[in-house]
Amino acid sequence: MQGVIDFLVSLNIPYVNASVARYIVLQVLAAIVAVAAPAGLIILTWLERKIIARIQDRLGPNRAGPFGLLQAIADMVKMFTKEDITPAKADRLVYNIAPGLGMFAAIMAFAVIPFAPGFAGTQMNVGLLYIVAIGGLGTLAILMAGWASNNKYALLGAFRAVAMLLTYEIPMVMTLVMVAVVAGSMSMVDVVEAQSGMWFVVSMPVAFLIFFLSGVAEVGRSPFDLVEAESEIIAGFHTEYSGIKFGMIMIAEYVHMFALSFFTAVLFLGGWQIPFIDVAALPAPFAAILGLISLLVKVFFFVFVMMWLRGTLPRFRIDHLLDFGWKFLVPLTLVLLIGVAFVIRLFAPGSSVGIPVAAGPLSGLGMPGQVVALLVTNLLVLGLALVVVSSAARRTRSKALRAVSAVDSPVPTAGK
Amino acid sequence: MLKEFEFVGLLGAITFTIPFVTLLLAWLLRPKKPNPAKQETYESGVQTIGDTWVRFKAQYYIYALIFVVFDIEAVFLFPFAVALNQLPLYALVWAIVFILLLFDGLLYAWRKGALHWT
Amino acid sequence: MFMPSNFDPSQIPLVPIVFWIMTLFTVGGAIGVVSSKKLFHSGLYLVLSFFGVAGYYVLLSAGFMAVVQLMVYVGAIAILILFAVMFSRRPMAAESQANRQWWLGLPLMLVLFVVLVVTVGSVAWPVSGAEPTADTVQQLGVAFLGSYLIPFEVVSVLLSVALIGAIILARGKVEGEETN
Repeated sequence: MQGVIDFLVSLNIPYVNASVARYIVLQVLAAIVAVAAPAGLIILTWLERKIIARIQDRLGPNRAGPFGLLQAIADMVKMFTKEDITPAKADRLVYNIAPGLGMFAAIMAFAVIPFAPGFAGTQMNVGLLYIVAIGGLGTLAILMAGWASNNKYALLGAFRAVAMLLTYEIPMVMTLVMVAVVAGSMSMVDVVEAQSGMWFVVSMPVAFLIFFLSGVAEVGRSPFDLVEAESEIIAGFHTEYSGIKFGMIMIAEYVHMFALSFFTAVLFLGGWQIPFIDVAALPAPFAAILGLISLLVKVFFFVFVMMWLRGTLPRFRIDHLLDFGWKFLVPLTLVLLIGVAFVIRLFAPGSSVGIPVAAGPLSGLGMPGQVVALLVTNLLVLGLALVVVSSAARRTRSKALRAVSAVDSPVPTAGK
Repeated sequence: MLKEFEFVGLLGAITFTIPFVTLLLAWLLRPKKPNPAKQETYESGVQTIGDTWVRFKAQYYIYALIFVVFDIEAVFLFPFAVALNQLPLYALVWAIVFILLLFDGLLYAWRKGALHWT
Repeated sequence: MFMPSNFDPSQIPLVPIVFWIMTLFTVGGAIGVVSSKKLFHSGLYLVLSFFGVAGYYVLLSAGFMAVVQLMVYVGAIAILILFAVMFSRRPMAAESQANRQWWLGLPLMLVLFVVLVVTVGSVAWPVSGAEPTADTVQQLGVAFLGSYLIPFEVVSVLLSVALIGAIILARGKVEGEETN
């Protein structure tokens, strides 16, 4: 990106000096991001309908344009020209703001993503927390939408959606803490660079899985899609939204899904890195293009996985969802965090700059040792969790069996 | 540090206008024929009886509360996470104590049935 | 064009502009909280106020605090407050915000305001022009587990106690409902 700035300065346009050139480049990048994120929606909706259709053994849209590629444009035109029906007693201001806020939050999440070596909009050193903060904003938008509709079902749907989002934000944040522990920094750019040895998906597969699953729950995609459970409570929090405002809510959801894929790719799959090739060392235009392509391949892989999940799995029930979140994922991530922190500290290289600290006892084994130890810790913790859960399930089953089989004696109905 | 947030500000300024532009475009393009029947609250074709009032379920509030506590815990864990390599080994024990104390709170909530969705 | 030839766009005072925008958010949000007729709107104005404060943190080069403000206040506490609002009021009811005792409140408020302004203005705040180092979060972490270890652990105890206390109170209400 510095190269682009220097090029712009060298053109000697009046009023453009180095700092102004920097602003212009940043502004152009911001404009590209702000437009590309919703525009990616067009590709995503087409992909989704085609993939789900194929999973369901049918063709999907194939009339509007070749292979149905113009279907999304047709849908967009339809949304813009639909009449806007606002319910009579709805809270007009909040009703109109909520979809906009959802879109705003979804697109703002792209501010911290490093798209290519040197091409990050910002090197914010609190990038990981920024992601979480923006997610919280999206939750607020859902609450506003459900409330402003003045509809029992919308309100109920909004409550359930927010309960689920809050539940799954904790494991997601804890996995981000784990990433910060291993990378030693909260900046997304540093996280990508810390993966030049080994991608985090290899050294921390369980953390990756938890992050991705919690992320899918955060976005509200199947199998966690009680947010828009069409058959359960009408349409959930967006029951009373029609036309372009519904379109905006859908844009927000798809952009959020897109953003989640970007995060997973950057945080766990090495972002713009390609295995065995040092992308950052290549000459400038090639490094950027190659890095961007590599990132997009990973992103679309995750997008595909999410659509695959939607087409294959049935929806979870809300109490199962919440139990799984609070009683399994949260304790699991806490224990995993302790384990990961332990391993990283043991393998830490000692530092003589700043505060002199002795090296961790196992630092002699270096990076491969660290990777293996992290992997082992992950799998051990997961195995332990599964053992605990299966023994608890066995106990509950045997208790229920005993209760059922003891028909003659009065069965004390103790609470489960 | 201010430099780092410039991009966020620029992106925010552009993104802020996108919903307005969208709504404006739609307002220009769509028909406007309001009709009282169209504007009734949707309840699968049944007439709405009474105000919109959802029964108070303390469970929702408890989930939000536990979330606040764990959110703040995460906030304290992030500085610990980035400073881990500069800390002596026994500092890890203190961090584990921190995590376990809050884990304890969660266990209490679990045993008392506060996490049970009735 | 109509700009003087020595106009340097990089000299546009960005910091004061952002400062005044954030002040608008914070103070405007605060005024909205107390004067809004619908309680839900008050909650949303409060969120606007939180955004303003986060902007202040950014201006003070405390990026970590800004993001924490957004994450904790907007993402968790605002939702808690809005839940409480939504559960406790008839929805959509607009209530008058007029106060009958304004003849007592206004002088008291003016006195308080004058006292605060005089107190804050008369202190010689130690201001350093130094730019904070880039690794503020690391320094925080080292401080948490070093010189501020006891407060760090006390925070944990405090959070657990708050959690347990809130559950006792809330479960009391739930059990009260279930026996009805």
